Amino acid sequence: MTTPERSAADSAAVMKPDDPSTADLWSGHSRFLASWELAIAVVLAFCAVVTVLTTLGIVLVLSIQTVEFFMESKAGILEFLLGTELKPDATPPKFGILPLAWGTFAIAFGSSCIALPIGLLSAIYLSEYAPRRLRSVLKPALELLAGIPTIVYGYLALLLVTPVLKAIFEPLGIRVPQFNALSACIVVGVMIIPLVSSLSEDVLSAVPRGLREAAYALGATKFEVSTRVVLPAGLSGVVASFILAISRAVGETMAVVLAAGMLPQITLNPLESLETMTTYIVQVISGEASYGTAKYLSLFAVGLSLFVITLGLNIISGLVLRRYREVYQ
Amino acid sequence: MSETAAPRFRPHRMIRSLLGPIFGAACLLATLTGVIVLVVLLGSILYAALEGKPDNPWYAIGANLRELWGLVRTVALNRQSSDPAAAGYRVGIVGSLWLLGLVALLAIPVGVAAGVYLEEYAPQGRLRRIIQTNIANLAGVPSIVYGILGLALFVRAFGIKALALGPCLLAGALTLSLLILPIIVITTQEALRTVPGSLRQAALALGATRWQMVSGHVLPAALPGIMTGTILGLSRAIGETAPLLMVGAAGAIRKLPKGPLERYTAVPVEIYNYAKEPDRMFQTISAGGIVILLILLLSMNAAAIMIRNRFQRYQ
Repeated sequence: MTTPERSAADSAAVMKPDDPSTADLWSGHSRFLASWELAIAVVLAFCAVVTVLTTLGIVLVLSIQTVEFFMESKAGILEFLLGTELKPDATPPKFGILPLAWGTFAIAFGSSCIALPIGLLSAIYLSEYAPRRLRSVLKPALELLAGIPTIVYGYLALLLVTPVLKAIFEPLGIRVPQFNALSACIVVGVMIIPLVSSLSEDVLSAVPRGLREAAYALGATKFEVSTRVVLPAGLSGVVASFILAISRAVGETMAVVLAAGMLPQITLNPLESLETMTTYIVQVISGEASYGTAKYLSLFAVGLSLFVITLGLNIISGLVLRRYREVYQ
Repeated sequence: MSETAAPRFRPHRMIRSLLGPIFGAACLLATLTGVIVLVVLLGSILYAALEGKPDNPWYAIGANLRELWGLVRTVALNRQSSDPAAAGYRVGIVGSLWLLGLVALLAIPVGVAAGVYLEEYAPQGRLRRIIQTNIANLAGVPSIVYGILGLALFVRAFGIKALALGPCLLAGALTLSLLILPIIVITTQEALRTVPGSLRQAALALGATRWQMVSGHVLPAALPGIMTGTILGLSRAIGETAPLLMVGAAGAIRKLPKGPLERYTAVPVEIYNYAKEPDRMFQTISAGGIVILLILLLSMNAAAIMIRNRFQRYQ
């Protein structure tokens, strides 16, 4: 930071009488420049504060409207959190969030079953096995995959995944509805593979070479080095990337809307239609619920639950990364 | 004694020599799923866009490309319609381009400024740590939550009529800007961190003020990285559907928006509306829209990756 005192001192030092030839070359920082600097610093700081204001805005909006929801619908908090029925249009309306929580959990769990192993294996391949040329092609390809909008995955579920599931299960006498949880799990799982593999790969590549070389010197094979040396060393980062991926699956909207449908129910059958928290929000906003009604306000309560869950997952991921990181010199 | 003690080293050469390649192959397969998915995805969308009718054999690439171009041109010129023969994305394309411009105007200056503040100005301390943690957490907030924020803050303004923007372009652009702000800030910071400290010291030693140092030397050196992050952020904004549904980018709009305060719709929202239609004829229309969206997004992403690989001076 340039303070006025320092610039004054600078110019005083330069303007020594014994060196008159350089005296007028450097006039020191003017007062105008100092205030200009200060103004810029303030503007930049304000822009940084905008991000904090965004968080505050989210928290305020969600909590104020949630309180309004509880006042409007006269539902108790316990009734909301533990209710197993979600019928906003019934009289009296029932606002139990459990079916949505179950749907969200089921999709997150199912997609993790696909994405976490594949993502981890592909991270190990990229960091340990892949030749450098191949890696320089595969990494940008994964990044491109990560840049595909989620609506495209949703369309893919309708176009390809559900018909394939129908072709597999209908001959066995199992009815497959147009919207089903399995197809949502598959597309969401495929969608979060790039996230897992690129985050895990960053961590695995950062494991120092010395560790690998030491293991090879002891006679370990590549498999043993990858699974017993590199993976444990980067475990905290891998777990953190898993949690982030799960949080992403929880917050995923469009792919689930188009694949899993909008039927709030608690079922173990993966070929049934489900409704997640995000889907419910879309359903309410696209319906004709008017502003201020209990149904309309319920989207804020569901949004708050969603925000709390994803924020919690992100914070846990950050903690895992920081707390359990192996530090190498 | 020595006879009873089991040998302590069992090499298991057989198992180990088998296990290694199997594991390696599994890893390779897992990596290739990504590539396979990309191919299947593009292939099936093109297949749907060409209505699956093999007018030409698949290897007649020129003829198929011409057919695809014809489809893209029709859907790009038609407006929203309930008749699949006349349905298209004209209003959505104009809306998306408006959004792109407005978001770039709003999010880039603020995001880059915030990144510069955090890297170059902010004193190490609690404030900086709070902002930093906050940005990391914001990056993980689901996009639909930003949609809720935009709905309550910009569209309705908590019911204050004078401040409420209504479901207009500006409200959508503000929402998307907040959504991509963390991405831009984080990538700006990463780009600034790659600029060596000696550059800063040299500028300061020559008498530059902090802002002269940042604007004249650090920012130009970090520009490729910042551009990459910005383009990635913008392409994310263009592909988002859920927050736009929340802030009122309804599908049923046939009027082209002429200013930032007019109602609008965007390409992904229209794709969603067409994809929901039970009529199978609309599948072609959705696929055509996805082709348009993907051409736009993939070229933006490819440009970003190229800029990063070409111009990054400091690693």
